[in-house]
Amino acid sequence: MEKTKELQNIESQFETFQILNEDGEIVNEDAMPDLSDEELKELMTRMVYTRIWDQRAISLNRQGRLGFYAPVAGQEASMIGSQFALEKQDWILPGYRDIPQIVYHGVPLHQAFLWSRGHYQGGQMPEGVNVMMPQIIIGAQITQTAGVAMGLKRKQKDSVAITYTGDGGASQGDFYEGINFAGAFNVPAVFVVQNNRYAISVPVEKQSAAETIAQKAVAAGIHGVQVDGMDILAVYALTKEARQRGLDGNGPTLIETLTYRYGPHTMAGDDPTRYRTSDEDDKWEKKDPLVRFRKFLESKDLWTEEEEEKIVEQAKEDIKKAIKDADGAPKQKVTDLISIMGEELPYNLKEQMEEYKEKESK
Amino acid sequence: MAQMTMIQAITDAMRTELKNNEDVLVFGEDVGQNGGVFRATEGLQKEFGEDRVFDTPLAESGIGGLAAGLSVTGFRPVMEIQFFGFVFETFDAIAAQMARMRYRSGGVYHSPVTIRAPFGGGVKTPELHADSLEGLMAQTPGLKVVIPSNPYDAKGLLISAIRDNDPVVYLEHMKLYRSFRDEVPEEEYTVELGKADVKREGKDITIITYGAMVHSSLKAAEELEKDGIDAEVIDLRTISPLDIETIIESVEKTNRAIVVQEAQKQAGIAAHVVAEINDRAILSLEAPVLRVTSPDTVFPFSAAEDVWLPSYKDIVEKSKQVINF
Repeated sequence: MEKTKELQNIESQFETFQILNEDGEIVNEDAMPDLSDEELKELMTRMVYTRIWDQRAISLNRQGRLGFYAPVAGQEASMIGSQFALEKQDWILPGYRDIPQIVYHGVPLHQAFLWSRGHYQGGQMPEGVNVMMPQIIIGAQITQTAGVAMGLKRKQKDSVAITYTGDGGASQGDFYEGINFAGAFNVPAVFVVQNNRYAISVPVEKQSAAETIAQKAVAAGIHGVQVDGMDILAVYALTKEARQRGLDGNGPTLIETLTYRYGPHTMAGDDPTRYRTSDEDDKWEKKDPLVRFRKFLESKDLWTEEEEEKIVEQAKEDIKKAIKDADGAPKQKVTDLISIMGEELPYNLKEQMEEYKEKESK
Repeated sequence: MAQMTMIQAITDAMRTELKNNEDVLVFGEDVGQNGGVFRATEGLQKEFGEDRVFDTPLAESGIGGLAAGLSVTGFRPVMEIQFFGFVFETFDAIAAQMARMRYRSGGVYHSPVTIRAPFGGGVKTPELHADSLEGLMAQTPGLKVVIPSNPYDAKGLLISAIRDNDPVVYLEHMKLYRSFRDEVPEEEYTVELGKADVKREGKDITIITYGAMVHSSLKAAEELEKDGIDAEVIDLRTISPLDIETIIESVEKTNRAIVVQEAQKQAGIAAHVVAEINDRAILSLEAPVLRVTSPDTVFPFSAAEDVWLPSYKDIVEKSKQVINF
C-alpha cells in the first residue's frame, strides 16, 4: 500500500517514548519521573517478583496444580509500571493476562490462583479493591471502562478507570466504541494496549494497516501515545500523566506499550515456535525490562545481587503459601454456584437448589 | 387515575424512578433532546437534565458496555436499544457481561441494568426492527425478561425492573404503544416480576400467552365462547422466570392448554411452557398441549407480515383441536 504524504505525516507523529534505553541509560532526563530511591527499588522488586511468579506459575501449571495461565514474562515493565502510577481508589478492568496489576492493586495472590483454577472465590474481589474480574471476551472490558470512568466522574471520586488489552484487542469493535464513548463523554479513562506483537499467532502487522495502535486515538479525538513497553520509567511516566489528564477533565488517553511476551499465549497448548523465530525472541530479550532497569539501579548504587536474591526467595515463599491457601478453599458445590445466581432465586433455580442439596448430602 | 397509552405509561415509569432515585440514568440513541424515536423518553431530559437523561454515540455495544460499567459503580442504568433487532450488536454486553456479573464475581458485584427496547410485528418496519428475540434472552442465565401487554402492567413492571438488582430485559411491543388507553394510577406502584395475570377466567382450556398475543387470545376466547367453549387466558407478563404456579394451577383446572407466541416455533418460550406442563401436570391433561406460533422462517419482509403473524383465528382453530382431541 502506498500511503499519501498526509497519512504518513499523521503516522510519523507517534514516536516511541523512552526514558531508559536498552543499556540502562537515561536518554530523556527531562521526562524522568519524580520517584524516590525507595520507589525506584520497589519497581525493580515488583518486576523481579513477577518474573519469578511467572516461572513458578508455568511450572505449577505443568504439574496440573494451577489451571488457566497466560504467561507475563517480557511484559513486566508495561504491567508493573502502569499499575504503579495508580492510586488505590482507581479502578482496573483487566484482561486475562493482567494478573500482576490486579495483585499489586490489592487482590490477594491466592485469590489470583483460585481464579486460574476456575474457583468462584477467584472472582470475589475484596471490599475496597477496585478491580473487575479478568475479562475473557477480548475488548468487552474496554466499553465497560467508559462506563466505570463515567460512574467515577459522576460520583466525583477523584479516580480513574484503567483497562488493558493487547494488539489483537485493538482490532475489536468494542475497542473503537469504548475509546470513542470515553472521548465523547470526556471521562477519566486510561486505555492501555500492550502490543506484544502477537494475538496468539497473528502478528500485529496483519491486524491493521495502521503504523501504530496509538494513532487510533486520533479518530476518537483523544490523546494517544506510544511508549517503549520494556522501559518501566517511561510506562510509569506516561500512565501518571494520563491519569492526571483524566482527573483534570482533559479526557481519556490511549497508551500503546511496545512489548513482547517471551512465553506462549497461554499454557493451554500454544507453541510460539509455530509463528515466531528465535531471532525475533533474541532481539526482544535484549530489550528486557529487568536487565536494563537493574543496570540503571546498579549505576546509582541502589541494587545488589543479595537484595535481588532475597526478593526471589520471598517470591517463592509467598507463592508456596498462596498455593497452600488456594488448596484450602472449599471444594465447589453446585449449590454454591446456584446461590451466586441472584439475590432471590427464580423457581427453576430454587427447585434445582433442592435437587442438588439432596444430591450433595449423599 | 389517568388515561394513558402504553408508551405514556412507560415514560411515566421512568419519570417516577428518575424522581425516586438519583442513581437512575436513562440513555441511548436519540433518547435525550428528541425524546426517543417513539417518544418513550419525551420530556425526561428537560425535566431531569442532560446529566441524567442523555444521548449516546450510535453504537449498541458501547451502550451496553457503558451500562455495565456504570452499574458496578453504583448506578441504575435504563438503557434503550432503539429496536430490539439491534440487540445482536450488544448481545455480549447483555448476555456475556451483565447477566454474569453477579456469578462471575461470586456475588460481590451486580448489574442493576434495565434494557428497554421496542419489538414486535404488525407495524411494517424494515428488517431487524420487529423480530421476537425474547427466547434468546430467556435462555440466558442471569437475565429476567419482561413483556407487558397493557399500560397498567407496563408502568408497574418497568418500575419493578428498574428497582431490580440484576439485569432485566424489558420488551415493548410496538403495536401496543398507542393502540389503546388504560386507567393508570399517576402515583407509583409496582407489578411484581415473575407473576402472571389471569386475564380471563374459564374452565375448558387455558390459553397461555404474552405481549400482543394477549389481545389476540382474548379475542379468540370471545369467539370460542360463541361455540360454548370457556377459555381461560393467562398473560405471562414475565417470560423469565415463568410464573409456574399460575400456569399449573390453571391447567389442573381446565385439563387442556395451548401456548401462543408471536415468535417462531423452534426452541421458543412456548416450547418451554409445554415442557414445564408435561413435567408437572401431565396426568391432568386430556389432550396434548399445542402451540400457536409463527413459522420457522426469518421474520418476514414487511409486506408479508399479515400472512406470517399468528392471528386470533389460528388461536381459535388450535383451541378447538385441543378441545376435540
